[in-house]
Amino acid sequence: MLVYGLINSAVLALMALGFNLTFGISGVANFAYGAIYVVAGFITWSFIEKLHFPYVASAALTIVLVGIFGVYLYKFILKRIRGLVISEVIATFAVSLVILELLRYIGFIGFRYSLPVFIEGSVEIMGAYVDAQRLLIIAFGILVLFALYLFTRHTKMGLAFRAIAQEEHTSLSLGINPDKIASWSMGMGCALGAFAAIVILPLGTITVDSGYDVLIDALSVCIVGGLGSTFGVIIASFIIGYAQTLTATYISSHYTMIVSLVAILIILAVKPSGLLGHQKELEERV
Amino acid sequence: MREAASKKHYRKERIDRGIKARSDDIYALVSYKEMWYLLFPRLIPVAGLALAAFFLPLYWQKVLVTTCIFAMLAVSWDFLSSCGMLSLGQALFFGVGSYTAGALNHYLHLPIYVTIPVATLLGGVISTVILLPVIRLRGVYFAMVTLILPLMLMRLIEATKILGGTEGITGLSPFPHTWVEITFILAGMWAALFGLRRFIASDYGLIFVSIRDNDRATMASGINIYAFKAQALFIGSCICAFCGAFMTHLYMFTGMPVFAMEFSILPIAASAIGGMGTLAGPLLGAFILVPLSELLREFGSLRIVFYGLILVICVVGLPEGIFHYLSRKYNEMERWVEIE
Repeated sequence: MLVYGLINSAVLALMALGFNLTFGISGVANFAYGAIYVVAGFITWSFIEKLHFPYVASAALTIVLVGIFGVYLYKFILKRIRGLVISEVIATFAVSLVILELLRYIGFIGFRYSLPVFIEGSVEIMGAYVDAQRLLIIAFGILVLFALYLFTRHTKMGLAFRAIAQEEHTSLSLGINPDKIASWSMGMGCALGAFAAIVILPLGTITVDSGYDVLIDALSVCIVGGLGSTFGVIIASFIIGYAQTLTATYISSHYTMIVSLVAILIILAVKPSGLLGHQKELEERV
Repeated sequence: MREAASKKHYRKERIDRGIKARSDDIYALVSYKEMWYLLFPRLIPVAGLALAAFFLPLYWQKVLVTTCIFAMLAVSWDFLSSCGMLSLGQALFFGVGSYTAGALNHYLHLPIYVTIPVATLLGGVISTVILLPVIRLRGVYFAMVTLILPLMLMRLIEATKILGGTEGITGLSPFPHTWVEITFILAGMWAALFGLRRFIASDYGLIFVSIRDNDRATMASGINIYAFKAQALFIGSCICAFCGAFMTHLYMFTGMPVFAMEFSILPIAASAIGGMGTLAGPLLGAFILVPLSELLREFGSLRIVFYGLILVICVVGLPEGIFHYLSRKYNEMERWVEIE
């Protein structure tokens, strides 16, 4: 159970990282995130099953495609309504509706839509049998974290990301184009979502409805951890991951969703910026 | 040089009509013509909808009723956002009102003309009390609490199986006649719209708007903003609870669907399209969106795709909203003048 809690946490963290990156850098709450997650799954599936691409190539292609989609989503839609929070939320949510319902209309429903696992077989850890795929999720989670850390601290682009997150106007005067960087952060956020989808989806089938669930999961992890804080996301995904696994084992699986929702409520009421969010006490409440 | 002189250049001149005094909603009227000029845009929708209800077939009468319910939700959303409370969960207020009416009718066998008023007030009180602990939160944080609460109540009812559980409560008493429904909801909607518009424009309502504009300055003026926020919350949630109670008796059913995202998202979308901060804009938005989604019903699941596309186009293309645009065009004279 300890192991499953760990895996659950890693899944949550992977899902939340992409959402968190976009929000942390450009301040856009990307409500189309769940849709992008699902779309990535279907694109990979189409590459493998219809065009018979090798697995690695189709995964890489999907990530790049979805990333480009994210950049253009920013350029054509979000750039025009930047700063109007309600409009941003409505626009991204509407985009997500369009994507998901279009997929449903085309008929991507059924059990045959599932991605193959990377490695077959299972491993025994502490008396529990665990699929190799689930272990891979943990490994990839750590890998992504490490890559993100290196990227934001040691590359020019990554430093520009952090610059516009801190002070957009000053970074403009230093020759950083906030719109360009924000569109890149949107693209990277989407690409991370696609990556998460490719790693996590082999565990089950790809369904359109999971798009909405992914969004709620990513949101709850980000809120509890503190919007825009990467380290907070890790801690929050552990807390929520273990809390969900515990309630599912000891009480009833009906209550798993309630646990994460209650966690959000408590955090919002007590410390709205989340566990490790930036301290902006007066921004949050009066 | 000669070319520029021979070709005349024009620019569009826009002048406000000269009946405004001091602010946007205080007028100096000197003739009946000017009075009619102000009265027309208010009378025409009121009279038009009442007349239209007569001539519409039964199906579209039902659509009209649904539209009015969503319009009221949107007006209430806009009122709350005018008071600085961004709500993503009108479904919370709606659902509380609906369950209150359902429970009163089902368990206590109260008649319909008791349950609706009681559920309106009681729903308002319950929603306000639920949100009192987070009344200090601002902006997007308050929004997230309101987004989470209806989801949580829905799961709670599913898990604990209280109030009918997943099945809901069925077999509630209906309205005596379709005409009663239509009259009732139209009256409620116009009362909410014009009442709130008048209320916001009064000196008392000014405090609510000032909380949105700058809450700390309001506090510094010696006003207890928490009391005012609670009042605003009560007024806003009463309207939604009324809608919930009305809908419950309309469909003779209450259940988990009353906490659905639809009731939270549509009012916001209507406000974004219609124009926020005017109260009439969200109403207009609802009267565009709900019948539209009804017209698109034959496309099946493609309907939501169109719907989302229209939403994106409106939000990106006309960010100020339709009502702002229309009222600006109505209130100003345009003419082409020559550039010298």
